[in-house]
Amino acid sequence: MLSMNNFFEKSDISRSEAENIVSDTLSKCDDGELYLENTKSETLLLDDNKIKNSSYNSDLGFGFRAISDEIVAYSHSNEISKNSLRQSSENLKSTLKSVKGTYNHEIPKSNKKYYDNINPIEQKSLNEKIKILNEVNNYLRSKDNNIKQVTANFLGEQKSVEIIRSGGESLTDVRPLIRFNVSVMLEKNGRKESGVYGVGGRQSYDFYLKDENWKSVCDEALRIASVNLESKPAPAGEMKVVLGPGWPAILIHEAVGHGLEGDFNRKKTSAFHNLMGQKVASEGVTIVDDGTIDNRRGSLTIDDEGTPTEKTVLIENGILKNFMQDRLNARLMKTRSTGSGRRENYRHIVLPRMRNTMMLSGNQTQDEMIKAVDKGIFAVSFGGGQVDITSGKFVFNCTEAYEIVNGKIGSPIKGATLIGDGPSSLKEVSMVGNDMMMDPGIGTCGKAGQGVPVGVAQPSILINKMTVGGTKL
Amino acid sequence: MVKDQEFLEKKASYCLGLAKKLGATESSVIVNNSVSETVNFRNKKLDESNRSDDLGISITTYIGKKKSSISSSNLLDDNLNILIEKCVEATKNTPEDEFNSLPDKDLLAKEVKDLSLYDDTHIENDQKIDYLKKLELAASNDKKIVNTESSFTQNKSNFILANTEGFCAGYKTSSFTASSVIVAKDEKSMERDYEYSSKCFFKDLDDAGELGKQAADQTIRKLSPKKIGSEKIAIIFDKRIAKGILNTFASAISSSAISRGTSFLKDKVNQKIFSDSINVLDKPDIIKGLGSRNFDKEGVKTDTLKLVEQGVLKHYLIDTYNGKKLNLKSNGRFGGTSNLYFENGNISFKDLLNSKSKSLYITETIGHGSNIVTGDYSVGATGFLVENGEFKYPINEITIAGNFKDMFQHITLANDLEFKYATNSPTMMIEGMVVAGK
Repeated sequence: MLSMNNFFEKSDISRSEAENIVSDTLSKCDDGELYLENTKSETLLLDDNKIKNSSYNSDLGFGFRAISDEIVAYSHSNEISKNSLRQSSENLKSTLKSVKGTYNHEIPKSNKKYYDNINPIEQKSLNEKIKILNEVNNYLRSKDNNIKQVTANFLGEQKSVEIIRSGGESLTDVRPLIRFNVSVMLEKNGRKESGVYGVGGRQSYDFYLKDENWKSVCDEALRIASVNLESKPAPAGEMKVVLGPGWPAILIHEAVGHGLEGDFNRKKTSAFHNLMGQKVASEGVTIVDDGTIDNRRGSLTIDDEGTPTEKTVLIENGILKNFMQDRLNARLMKTRSTGSGRRENYRHIVLPRMRNTMMLSGNQTQDEMIKAVDKGIFAVSFGGGQVDITSGKFVFNCTEAYEIVNGKIGSPIKGATLIGDGPSSLKEVSMVGNDMMMDPGIGTCGKAGQGVPVGVAQPSILINKMTVGGTKL
Repeated sequence: MVKDQEFLEKKASYCLGLAKKLGATESSVIVNNSVSETVNFRNKKLDESNRSDDLGISITTYIGKKKSSISSSNLLDDNLNILIEKCVEATKNTPEDEFNSLPDKDLLAKEVKDLSLYDDTHIENDQKIDYLKKLELAASNDKKIVNTESSFTQNKSNFILANTEGFCAGYKTSSFTASSVIVAKDEKSMERDYEYSSKCFFKDLDDAGELGKQAADQTIRKLSPKKIGSEKIAIIFDKRIAKGILNTFASAISSSAISRGTSFLKDKVNQKIFSDSINVLDKPDIIKGLGSRNFDKEGVKTDTLKLVEQGVLKHYLIDTYNGKKLNLKSNGRFGGTSNLYFENGNISFKDLLNSKSKSLYITETIGHGSNIVTGDYSVGATGFLVENGEFKYPINEITIAGNFKDMFQHITLANDLEFKYATNSPTMMIEGMVVAGK
């Protein structure tokens, strides 16, 4: 593999010596691997009419993991050297000194790839990227006199990983990732409001920037800010909520996604741990977590343990079918990994995580939903969310929403937090739309201090009852 | 072992020299090393050990008013050569910005005071295990406790900051952190809570048994929560939540938010933004302080600032770039505040609880509901209903909302300030906020 990173090229340790240390360290363990990573990333930021930040990062390191029964020993370092690897090995052995296991060699194989082996940073020169950022700034500022601030940025990354398992088995992946974000602030009659929009995924910048289609990103950010400039205080209390398609699927991610991750269910700390096979959502609700969609932000050819990803059915027609698993939790729960083992980088241990979490289409229309609501809100755009997986309570913050009065969309309302209960909120879904849409590709999910890129998707849905955290009683 | 000053200084001066050779007119560099060892327990048994050794370097080069930066974890000279060349090349291609510059020389820190931020004590993994055993034993007394996860981390760090104005300084810091997350269950509910202690010196760390017991008690009292109706009610923020409101205030007075015009506190210096009795300090020279430092990330000396005096905003938090833009001098706040706190109020915690016939005591908020452009605030919350000074029952699945501009004017503080984090607040009551529930 010519383009693959050779992690041992500049090191005082050869590949075969490293393989021997791995095999020796893991000989009495149940699982584990040496994970090597080299990430190159670039940030370009335009803000306040100027290029504020142009920076480049090169990050290299390894994480060495040994697992025996439930115990995980981990050690990481930036130095890929004989000394450093040996020190890590000693460290792992000392934690697992009195334990014994049988190494599990089984890793499924697949030839499928969900993105190209490219380095997006090198595909466009710095000058070209700066030129587009300046065009973005000029385009927006000439469009609306109320614009007081424009921020636009490019984030590009190429991450090369190699996983070396006991016996010398090696698995590799090269992952491109880019993101383009625009944020605007408007000021009118002393009132300030902002709007944010972005796009991204695992492909080259050109895909998002050709034919000046960056203009649609600008237009959307400006549209959201303009709507907010006219918004009035949001209502407070329980009411019906219609969610638009696409990015509002943060609801799915928070309400059920995290609660279906294997670690919380093995430890029985998730509100879902004893609900397998039971009805956890309304009929017609099917939710999958899919790592295999071409070029999506949450897609992975292999996960960070080397397992090929898949499309995992979590909830089928309202019934809980599967949890998302990494190798550790799958083994302890006597099931198989779903290719959901992920980590932010070599500094972190693997956890079961989401990839692209999607609610599939039903057969109703958004119109029917709006018409079915006497008093409620229609939420279109969101900033983010959070969940307490133990109590099941989750929130998400809308950044564009409207009131619904007597079946009609009314005035825009200020951003507000919506709160609900994971295991019961999906039972309150009374209509599922026929308009499923993927998000624009900008989501990052945080868990245990680790951020990983993810995607979400859903059709429009009507939820019978959620608490809206506005200020108007 | 964390790398010594000599190693870091050598790398720093190599980078400054090379950048100059390649055409940079000015440059600055930070080299740091951090070694952490963590042991995690779960249900009274060893669950995970984690050792990390992180090296990092970040370099900013200037050519006149052009600027660019690089960072890397690979400190081999081969790699640094490639990166610095790339950085200087990128600098040439980046447009000028009249405000780009190193800090004014006369603002740089002249001395490095010993603030007792480094404890040489090494806590072996076996000692960490002993601490965690004691902690989890104390946390597991009640039958309602169904899961305990606890963690002990020792961190030792060292850094050097150097620039072409001749600044070159750095020092070691340490931290010892213990935490415990507890899950409790009864017929109706399952709840989670936590307790935490972090200190520069190991001997100052909370007693393991006390910490475990506190985490367990705080979790059990949350069981069988109720949802209440929507109403306007006085909110009392537990200290661990009140500090978050202070942090939001700090981001709203950062010179970057002010110079960009994206803060609800823009142009509010010398105006009354809090209720009369409120004082806010940022004090960088607290001995063993978790936020203590001698200078900021640009090398500018950091003096104590009385940010708010009797409710009146006195200073922004200023760095070099945004300071030049605002025509103000840096006050050494690149990277934010140091030890930030509200001064004590003048009533006791008990009197604060008693001051209203009915109030909500908030122990946790979720969601990112603070908007510093508009000042709007809306978050999910859990806590307790307080009636006549007594905790009546736990509450969840509600939101609390308001606007900071009004909230700040209606703050009453208790006199129970302690220095548990880098940012600290006494227990805080805010009147006039809206709760959304049933």
